Amino acid sequence: MKICITAKGNTLDAQVEERFGRAPYFIFADEDGSLIEEVANANTNATGGVGPKSVQVIIDHDASTLITGQMGGNAQTALESAGIAVYQYRDSGSVSDAIALFKEDKLKRIL
Amino acid sequence: MKKLAVISGKGGTGKTMMTGALATLASGRIALADCDVDAANLEILLSPEMISSEPYYGQKVSFIDNDLCIWCGSCKDSCRFDAIVYENDRFRVNPQKCEGCAVCTIVCPAGATSMISQEKGRIFLSKTSIGLLAHARLNPGSGSSGLLITEVRKLIDRNAGDADLLLIDGPPGIGCPLIATVSGVDAVLVVTEPSRSGLHDLQRVIRVAEDFGVDVYVAINRYDLEEDVSAEITDYCTEIGVKIVGRIPFDSNVIRAVRNMEPVTVYDTPAASAIKELWNIISTDMGII
Amino acid sequence: MKIVVASGKGGTGKSTVSANLGSCLSANREVILADCDVEEPNLHIFFSEASDASDRTCGQDVTVPVPSFDPERCNLCGKCANFCRYGAITVLKDRVILFEKLCHSCGGCRIICPNDAVTEVPRAVGRVIEDDINSNLKLITGVLNEGEAVGIPVIKKVKATAEDAELVILDSAPGSACPAIETIEGADYCILVTESTPFGLHDMALVAEVVRQAGIPAGVVINRSDDRDEETEAFCHEHNLPIIMKIPFSKKIAAVQNRGDLFSSVMPEWQNRFIELFNLISSTVKKERVI
Repeated sequence: MKICITAKGNTLDAQVEERFGRAPYFIFADEDGSLIEEVANANTNATGGVGPKSVQVIIDHDASTLITGQMGGNAQTALESAGIAVYQYRDSGSVSDAIALFKEDKLKRIL
Repeated sequence: MKKLAVISGKGGTGKTMMTGALATLASGRIALADCDVDAANLEILLSPEMISSEPYYGQKVSFIDNDLCIWCGSCKDSCRFDAIVYENDRFRVNPQKCEGCAVCTIVCPAGATSMISQEKGRIFLSKTSIGLLAHARLNPGSGSSGLLITEVRKLIDRNAGDADLLLIDGPPGIGCPLIATVSGVDAVLVVTEPSRSGLHDLQRVIRVAEDFGVDVYVAINRYDLEEDVSAEITDYCTEIGVKIVGRIPFDSNVIRAVRNMEPVTVYDTPAASAIKELWNIISTDMGII
Repeated sequence: MKIVVASGKGGTGKSTVSANLGSCLSANREVILADCDVEEPNLHIFFSEASDASDRTCGQDVTVPVPSFDPERCNLCGKCANFCRYGAITVLKDRVILFEKLCHSCGGCRIICPNDAVTEVPRAVGRVIEDDINSNLKLITGVLNEGEAVGIPVIKKVKATAEDAELVILDSAPGSACPAIETIEGADYCILVTESTPFGLHDMALVAEVVRQAGIPAGVVINRSDDRDEETEAFCHEHNLPIIMKIPFSKKIAAVQNRGDLFSSVMPEWQNRFIELFNLISSTVKKERVI
C-alpha cells in the first residue's frame, strides 16, 4: 500500500501540512512508515486549479491513500473519481506520527 | 482564527464602511485583509503604515522573440484571446489580453515563443492601529484578480495566523474574485441595500456563498430609504432561512466619517449603534470573544 | 456611436445613469441599452417590459468550447493534463476527467493530444437576452451563470449583438478589471460615474487612467452630490475631465430608483438634462472624429 502525506518538509520527521493543494511536499510512504519517495509540490504558486493538479501528482505516483488536513471541492471530486481513500490528520505531529495513527485505525476517513 | 468576509453582490452597498466599523468593535487580536483588489479602499479608513511590499506576478504571459520568429502567424491564428497582434512588421503579445495558456508556444514551429513572468500588481503588508492589514493593488487590465486575492489571504495567514479574528473586505460580484474571497471562511456578512438591484444581486451572491458551505448573515444598509423593498428583502431571507443581523438607518454621519477617513463608529450616531448591535449578534453566533 | 458608462467603485449609479439616459433619448431616436455588467446585470429592473434576467429559460445561451475525450482513442498518456495551465484536466487510471469551470477554452489539449482523442464541445456559461422596451428602445442583457468565474465571453456576445446599431449605451461592470476593460474597448465616449467621497475618487482615478490610455474621451457624472464636491472637482480639473452632470443627493430620487423606476420619468425636468448630456457627448465625439 502506498500512502501520500502532505508535509511542510521533505522527510518523515517533517510536520504534516494541513492544506492539500498547496502543500510544500508530498511524502510517499508505506503503511509501516518506510519512506518511498518525497516530491516537492510544483503547484504552490500556480494561479488556479491547484486541487486537481495536486491530485494528478498523487495518481501519477500510484498512491492509493492520502492523509491530509483539508481540501477544496475540486480536489475532493478528483480524489473521489480516482478512488483514492482520504484520511484526516489536523494535529501538529510529524509524517511518521500520522502514519502510525493511520496504521492503528485512529484517523477519520473523510473520503 | 475565525474568518468573516464582508461581501455584497451589488457594489456600493457599504462593505468597506462596514468592515472598517467592525474592525473597531471586535475584541481580541484582529487581522484584516482587503480583498477588493480592483478598488482597494479599506486603507482609506485605517491609515496603514506599510511594513513590506512584494510584486505580484500572476499567470505567466507569452513573449515572442523576434530574432527567432519566422513570421508564419501560427501564434496569432491559434490565440483564442486576441492577445497576439501583427503591427510594425512584427508579431507581438499584448500582455493585458494574454491568458497564459501557452498554446502559442506549442504551435510555433521556430521555438520563438516562451512564457515569462510579468509584474501584474503589488501586495502589501501594513500595520494599523487595529491589527495587521494585507492589501494589494492590481495594475488595471492585468487579468483575473482571483489569484491575487488568494495571495493576499496567504500573506495575512502567514503573518497573523495567531489572531483571533480575520476580517475580510470583499469584492462585489459573484465571479472569480468573490469565489477566492469566500473560500475557506467561516461566515460571510452580506451587506445589501433596499433596492430591487440590491435584492436581485443578494439572491445571487447568497446562492454562491451557500455552495461554499459558509454561514450567511445579512445586513440591510440604509434600510429606511425604501422600506417596502427592505420588507421584501426580509421576507426573502426568512423564506430561505438566512439571518438578518442588522438594519442600518440612512445616516449622514456615515458620509461624514468616510470623508474624514474614519470608521463611523467614532461617532455616537444611529448607524454606529445599529452596527454595534449587529456585531453583538454575529460575534456571539460565531463564538468570537 | 458607442457610449460606455463606467465607474471605479460599485454602487455609484452607472445603471441609474444608463437607464435614464437611454430612456430619455428613446423619445426621439433609436437606442440600444446594453447591460455588460454580466455578473450583476440590473438594467432590466428599471423596465417593466424587460424579461427577468434570473429566469434561466430566457435568452440565448452563450457557450465556450471545452474538451471532450474519446475513450476509444485516448491512451491515458497524460499530455493534456500536463499541458493544461489551469488544472482543468485530471488523467485517472481508467479515464480522463474535466473540471469545466477551470477550463479557459484555449484549445491546447486538442492540439497537444498525439492520438486525436480530444474534440471540443460547447458549454453554456451565460445568456444574452434581447427585449424590445418600446419602438425606439431595445435592451440587451448579458447574464453570467452563477458559479462561473469569467464573464468575458458573455460581454463579447452582448457587444456583438449591439454591433450595428447607431447608438448604443453600454452599462459596464464597476472597476478596472477585465470585464470593464472588455466593455470599454472600442467606445467613442466614456461616462465616468462617481460619488463624491474619498472612496469614489480613489477608484475613479484607476478607471480614468484606463480610459485615458485607451485614448477615449471621457466626462464625469457626480451622483448623489451634496455640493461638497471640491476634491472630486479638483481631481477632474487636474486630469482634464469635464464634469458633465451633477445629480444631487435626493431622497426622492433614491426612493424612485430603489423602487425600480426611472427618476427622469417621474421628474420630467430631467428629461431635457439627459438630452443635453447626450448633445454634449455627441459634439465631443464629432470633434474627436474630425481630429
